[in-house]
Amino acid sequence: MDLRELYQDVILDHARHPRNFRGLPDPSHLAHGHNPLCGDRVTIFMKIESGRIADVSFDGRGCAISTASASLMTEILMGLTPEQGEQVFAAFHARVTSGDTLVLAPELEDAAERLEPLTGVRGYPARVKCATLAWHAFDAALKNGVPGDTVKTE
Amino acid sequence: MNASIDIAAAFDPRALRQQFPIFARNPGLVFLDTAASAQKPRAVIEGLSDYYSSDYANVHRGVYHLSARSTERFEQARGTVRRFLNAADDSEIVFVRGATEGINLVAQCWGGVFLRAGDQVIVSELEHHSNIVPWQFLRDRIGIELLVAPIDASGGLDLKAFEHLLSPRTKLVAMTHVANVTGHILPVRDVVRLAHARGAKVLLDGCQALPRIPVDVQELDCDFYVFSGHKMYGPTGIGGLYGKRAILNTMPPWQGGGDMIETVTFEKSTFQPPPARFEAGTPDISGAIGLALALDFLSAVGRDAIFAHETALTAHAIARLRDIPGLTIVASGAHQIGVVSFTVDGVHPHDLATVLDTHNVAVRAGHHCAQPLMDRLGLDATTRASFGVYSDESDIDALIGAVEAARRIFGA
Repeated sequence: MDLRELYQDVILDHARHPRNFRGLPDPSHLAHGHNPLCGDRVTIFMKIESGRIADVSFDGRGCAISTASASLMTEILMGLTPEQGEQVFAAFHARVTSGDTLVLAPELEDAAERLEPLTGVRGYPARVKCATLAWHAFDAALKNGVPGDTVKTE
Repeated sequence: MNASIDIAAAFDPRALRQQFPIFARNPGLVFLDTAASAQKPRAVIEGLSDYYSSDYANVHRGVYHLSARSTERFEQARGTVRRFLNAADDSEIVFVRGATEGINLVAQCWGGVFLRAGDQVIVSELEHHSNIVPWQFLRDRIGIELLVAPIDASGGLDLKAFEHLLSPRTKLVAMTHVANVTGHILPVRDVVRLAHARGAKVLLDGCQALPRIPVDVQELDCDFYVFSGHKMYGPTGIGGLYGKRAILNTMPPWQGGGDMIETVTFEKSTFQPPPARFEAGTPDISGAIGLALALDFLSAVGRDAIFAHETALTAHAIARLRDIPGLTIVASGAHQIGVVSFTVDGVHPHDLATVLDTHNVAVRAGHHCAQPLMDRLGLDATTRASFGVYSDESDIDALIGAVEAARRIFGA
């Protein structure tokens, strides 16, 4: 397994310079994610207005994979409906766990494409949870509103 | 039992490695995770196969010769553990699943019986979760107080602060002998002396110490000593609890079942004396025999030689790692053995462990089942390299090279 498949430039860039790495003063949805195995922690903040994710951000501490995944996720979710977000999550989860490629609506194909660099974790079973932690927190935030319970990776 | 062990006259990790088939089956493996679990020498692997092939039957039951032979080997294993710890009597050795079960047994069968609300148990900040959670159970059940002896600036036990915590209410000090995150050797003789002066009992967690340091429980004068067989180059699922006979005699059974009883009627049962009292059901017979084979192996290698080797290798690793820019050794300063934890600026321990893995270097990354210590040190996770009898300077070279490679990838 080539390490550069796991640590692609886009991953390293997001890990070093995470986007939307901030809190939200007045979130409509919030959840904490915690991977008890490695201690990674992430908090997802969302503001859902008129059925769309108007703003989404995160903070926390974690490895390059979990930080890059959270960062990419916020960029992708911005402007989507919660349902679209869940569809992207389902497709991403399938890609990194079973390796299956789910068919997404055409307007979401770009999102799936952007997540492709993270699918290198499939070759590193212990790291799959790093890539999905933020998404699990997103999922929990949608379900719980505010304040969310801490969600644990699988 | 030692006939199959071929130890070179001088301590030679390279030669010892030949005795561990895992290295031949995994060429290039740089195994630096012995603190999590040690690899198994051929003497254990083949010895177990030989036992199953030649002597296997249930113990303590059969009238037939085979069962008698199996029982003899099982009880001989207890004798081997007794000698390894220099306990006074075989009855002071209880076979348990591991150190975790040993601590839980003491917490429930001693603490749960003799402690009262307001009594105090002292642990250190360096403890593994297994020496924290059982005491929390007891605290929540009967209202004991759990006090924590802090570490000092070097990361070792702050003996003065520990002494100040002791009071007539202190009933037990439960402490690790060697810290599993930092490798610090705790001043256990002083701990025992100070605790006993206050009338408190002492339990020592020997998981990381016993594979590396010659231990004499009579000389230490500790009341309980626990260890895990799989960290001693033996099988998983077996470990030992040493308890002073006078104390074990006062303790009620652990689990109920066969082997631990004298007589059973539907009205009442009476129980065996220790150690059988604490060993309900068919024991891990092969585990005990495999453990004894592992202890024989360590004795043949030479425990003083192992202590000297691991002390020197740990100091060497710390010195080499310190030369890497941005690398910080976690809580280094005092005498450390077998374990080095570190962080690298700009590289998360999990990412580091993945890069090391691609270089065939196996380390542990995370909180090492010691989250309170991590919180105290202000760390989420560290990378931990740990050593065994088969480790040598070439392993450190490989580690250094792989850490440098990770720093290049992450631009650290």
